[in-house]
Amino acid sequence: MRIGVYVCHCGGNISEVVDVEKVAKAVGEQGNVVISRDYGHMCSDVGQKLIADDIKEHELDRVVVAACSPQFQGGTFMRVLETSGLNPHLLEMANIREHCSWTLPGSPKEATEKAESLTSMAVAKARLDEPLEKRTMPIGKRVLVIGGGIAGIQAALDLGDAGFEVHLVERTPSIGGKMAQLSRTFPTEDCSACILSPKMADVPANPNIDLLTNSEVTAIEGHLGSFDVTVTKKPRYVDPDKCTACGLCEEKCPVSVPDEFEEGLIERKAIHVPFGFSVPNKNVIDESVCLRLTKGGDVCGLCEKICPHDAIDFGDRPETEQFTVDTVIVATGYDIFDATKKTVYGFGRFENVITGLQMERMVVHGAEGTPIRPIKGRIAFIQCVGSRDEQVGNEYCSRVCCMYASKLSQLLKRSDPSRDVYVFYTDLRSFGKGFEEYYKRGQEAGVKFVRGRPAELREDPVTKRVTIKVEDTLSRQMIESEFDLVVLSVGMTASAQTDPIAEMLKLTKSPDGFLQEAHPKFKPVDTLTEGVFLAGTVQGPKDIPDTVTQASAAAARAIRLMNQGEYTLDPVVAFVHEEACDGCGLCVPACPVKAIAISGGVTEISESSCTGCGVCISACPTEALDLKGYTNAQLLEEVRAALSGGDGTTVLVFADDMTVYRLADNVGTARMAYAPNSRIIRVPSGGRVTPRLILEAFSLGAGAVLIGDSEEKSSPFVGSAATMKENVAAVKSALETEGIDPERVLGLELVTVMMAGFVGRVNGLCALANKLGAVPEDKRKALVEHVNDKLLSNKR
Amino acid sequence: MAETVVITVKSEAFLKKIVALSAEAITVCDQCGTCSGSCPMIAEMDVTPSQLMRMVQLGQSEALDTKTMWVCASCFACTVRCPRGLDVSKVAEALRQVTLRRSVDHLDIRNIPDDELAELPQIALVSAFRKLTG
Repeated sequence: MRIGVYVCHCGGNISEVVDVEKVAKAVGEQGNVVISRDYGHMCSDVGQKLIADDIKEHELDRVVVAACSPQFQGGTFMRVLETSGLNPHLLEMANIREHCSWTLPGSPKEATEKAESLTSMAVAKARLDEPLEKRTMPIGKRVLVIGGGIAGIQAALDLGDAGFEVHLVERTPSIGGKMAQLSRTFPTEDCSACILSPKMADVPANPNIDLLTNSEVTAIEGHLGSFDVTVTKKPRYVDPDKCTACGLCEEKCPVSVPDEFEEGLIERKAIHVPFGFSVPNKNVIDESVCLRLTKGGDVCGLCEKICPHDAIDFGDRPETEQFTVDTVIVATGYDIFDATKKTVYGFGRFENVITGLQMERMVVHGAEGTPIRPIKGRIAFIQCVGSRDEQVGNEYCSRVCCMYASKLSQLLKRSDPSRDVYVFYTDLRSFGKGFEEYYKRGQEAGVKFVRGRPAELREDPVTKRVTIKVEDTLSRQMIESEFDLVVLSVGMTASAQTDPIAEMLKLTKSPDGFLQEAHPKFKPVDTLTEGVFLAGTVQGPKDIPDTVTQASAAAARAIRLMNQGEYTLDPVVAFVHEEACDGCGLCVPACPVKAIAISGGVTEISESSCTGCGVCISACPTEALDLKGYTNAQLLEEVRAALSGGDGTTVLVFADDMTVYRLADNVGTARMAYAPNSRIIRVPSGGRVTPRLILEAFSLGAGAVLIGDSEEKSSPFVGSAATMKENVAAVKSALETEGIDPERVLGLELVTVMMAGFVGRVNGLCALANKLGAVPEDKRKALVEHVNDKLLSNKR
Repeated sequence: MAETVVITVKSEAFLKKIVALSAEAITVCDQCGTCSGSCPMIAEMDVTPSQLMRMVQLGQSEALDTKTMWVCASCFACTVRCPRGLDVSKVAEALRQVTLRRSVDHLDIRNIPDDELAELPQIALVSAFRKLTG
C-alpha cells in the first residue's frame, strides 16, 4: 500500500494558523505513507497535477488531501484520481479548514495538533479504503401512471409526448377524475369540462399511451428499472369496439341508482356512459345493480335485446394483464371529506345541506339550462368542513375550499343578484396567483363574507330551511340566520384507495395521511422508493395548477432516470460479511426501505433498493452487516487515530453527511471558535453509528461522544434519527452499568442553521469531559467486555 | 376615542399564569367562534367565550372582571366542538381560580339565616361561595 498525503495552505486560510509543513512532516512518518507534501493551492491546476504526477511516479494507490471540506472540493480530487487511473473512492479528505483552522484563530499550537490528528484519521481510514465500483444498471423507457385524473393525464401526456411508453391505469370506467365534475376553475372561471376534455381526448390518441380504464393495479413487485405490474381489467359487459354510446340501452334499462358523477343528485341507469365527455365514451354495466348480473338466469336482458350493435356481453370476465415498467408515477388523488362525520352540520339528515361538489354539479346543470333543483333565496357556505378540525382528526388546511367557495358564491350571486349569498369562514386564504383579486371580485359582486365558524345548524321541520348559529368574530355579535340552502365547503382527505398501492410500492405517509415525498424542499415529487414519483393530491391537498405542475415535475423526474438507458447508483450501500451472518433476520425489520431479505440462511441486500443509510447495522448482533465506504473497521480506525495520543478528554463528533457535517462546515465558514479537543467524523447518517462503535470509542479513551443527525422530518433517511436515539439510550444504560457518567454521550437532531447551538453543545461536552477527566482504565476495560457480551445478549 | 390596549411584560405574565393553571395552549385558539356559537349561556354573558380567549391571548387581566367566566356552566359544549382541541371551560375555570386565590369573600356564612341555611342544598351553597368571591 502506498499512500500520498497532500496538505493544503489554502492561500493562508489554513497555513496562517496551522503549521502545514509540520503536519506534512509528521504524517509523512506514518506507516504506508510514501510521500507527504504541503502546497499553496491543492485545488488549482498545479496542485491537481502534483497529485496526478505523484500517482504515476510513486505508484500511489491511496490519496489523502488535507484541505477544505470534502463537500466543497471532494469532487475535484476524486476526478484527479479517476483521470490518473485510480478508483475515485480511494481518496480521503481531512477537513483542516472548516473544522480546524477557521475554528481556532489565534491558537496555532492547538490548530496544528488538531490538523495533524485529523490528517492521521484520514490516513487511517484510507488504509482500509476499497475501490468502490460505480454501479450502473440498464433502464428502459417504460412507465406506469396510476390514476387517470388531471395529474395522471398530465404526467402520461408529458411522458407520451417525450417518447416514453406509458401505461395509464384508471380504476373507474373513464379518465377525468374530480376535475371533470367541476363547473368552472378559479380564479379565471374557465369552464372545467371545456379545458379538460381536449386533454382527455389526447390520451387515447397518443400512440405511446396504453390506456387501461375500469382497471386496477393488483400487484407491483421489483424495483427501479424492473417493476413487474399486474393489472386486473374489470368486466365492462359492453364491447367497447362495438358500442357507439347511442343511448338505446340506457332508455330501456329498468334499474336506476344515484349517479356518482352527479354526486348522487340525479340518477343513472345500471347500464350507462360515465358522463357526457367520458373517455372512453362507451357504455358500461354496473354489475352491483344490474338485474341480470345480480340475479342470473334470463332475468331482464333488455339492453342485450335492444342493442343494435350487438355490443352487450354478459359473459365478460375480469382479465389480468402483466407488464414490466422502469418507473412508476402514483397519481391516485383524494377523496372529498365525508361530511356526515361533522354531525352538527346535519349533512345526510337535512335535505338543504349539500357539499361543495354537489353545488358544482348544480351550477353546471343550471348553466346548461337543465337545473337539478331551483337555487333560490338565501345561500350559506360553511368553510373548513373537515379541514383544520381536530374533532374530525384533520389538522391541515385543504387549500382549495376558500377559493372554490369564493367561485361558487360569486357565480351564484352574479347569475341571480336577488340571491343572498354568505360565506362563513375562519380565515380566508387566497394565496395563489390571482386569488386575492378573485376574492375581491366576489366581495364586489355582493357576496357577504362573515368571519366565524358556524357552531350549530337547525332544520325547520316544516319549511326545511336551515338556521345557522354563529359568532361574527369581527363584531363580536351572535348571528342566527335562516337559509334556504347550506353548502359545506368540504376539504380533501387521503383516499383509502391509495393504501394498497402505497403498500405495494413501500411508500410512507405523512401525519395527515397523504403520501410522503422524499424531501419537502428538494425532492417534492420523489418518494423514498427509487423510481417511484408522486403527482397531484395523493401527496397533499392542492389545486389544479399545482397538480399539473407536480405531474409535469414527476414526469421530468422519471425521464431523468430513464433517458440515458443506464442508471448510475450510489456505491455506498450495505453489504454482508457472509461468514459472520447467522441468518437471524433482526436486520430485516430494521431496514426502512425494506431492502433486506433472508435468502439461503443469510442476509441478502437488494443493492438497487438500498439507500446506504446504515441504519440496519445497529440491528446486527454479529457485526455481519456493514456499509461500503464507511465500514465498521474504517470507522473504528478513524476513532483510534482520533484518540491516539489524547489525554482521555477528546470529544468525538459523529456528523451525518446531510446536515451536521455541513453545519460544522458552516460554523467554520462563519469563523465561530470552539474547543480544540473535538474531532468530527463524517458518517452517512446518525443511525449508522452503532452502540458498539460508541462503546469502543469510550474503551479507546474518548472523553465524550456526540452523535449529530438530521432532524427526522428533513432527513434523507427514514428512521435514522429514531435509531440514533435508541442507540444513544443503549449506550447510556451501558455506561451507567459500568459506573461511567451517561452524560458523556449525547445524541442530537439538528438542522444546518443551528450554528450557535452546535458550538454550544460541542463546547459543553468538551467542558464536561475536562471536568470529569478521562474514563479510568479499569472501567474502559469493563466496557470492552460489555461490548463483547452484554450488548450482544441484550439484542437477542 | 377608542380605547388602546397596552400590551406589556405583565400581560405576558398573565397569559402564562392562565396557561399554567388551565394546562391549555391558549395561543392556539384561532378565533373561529365555534365556542360562542355552541354556548347555551351566551345570552347572559358580557363578552363571548371566544372574546374571553382573545383577551387572555393578549394578556388582558380585564378578563377577570367579566361576567362570562362566572356564567359558564362548564357544560363543555365548547370543548367538544373546538376545532383546535382546546378546552375553553378549563380556561374559564383558571380565571375563576385566579380570583378565588385572592381570598376576598363577599358572602359571609354567618349572615345567612339559620332556617335558610338548613334549607339550602350544600351544592348551591358551595356554588354561591365560589361565584360571590373575588
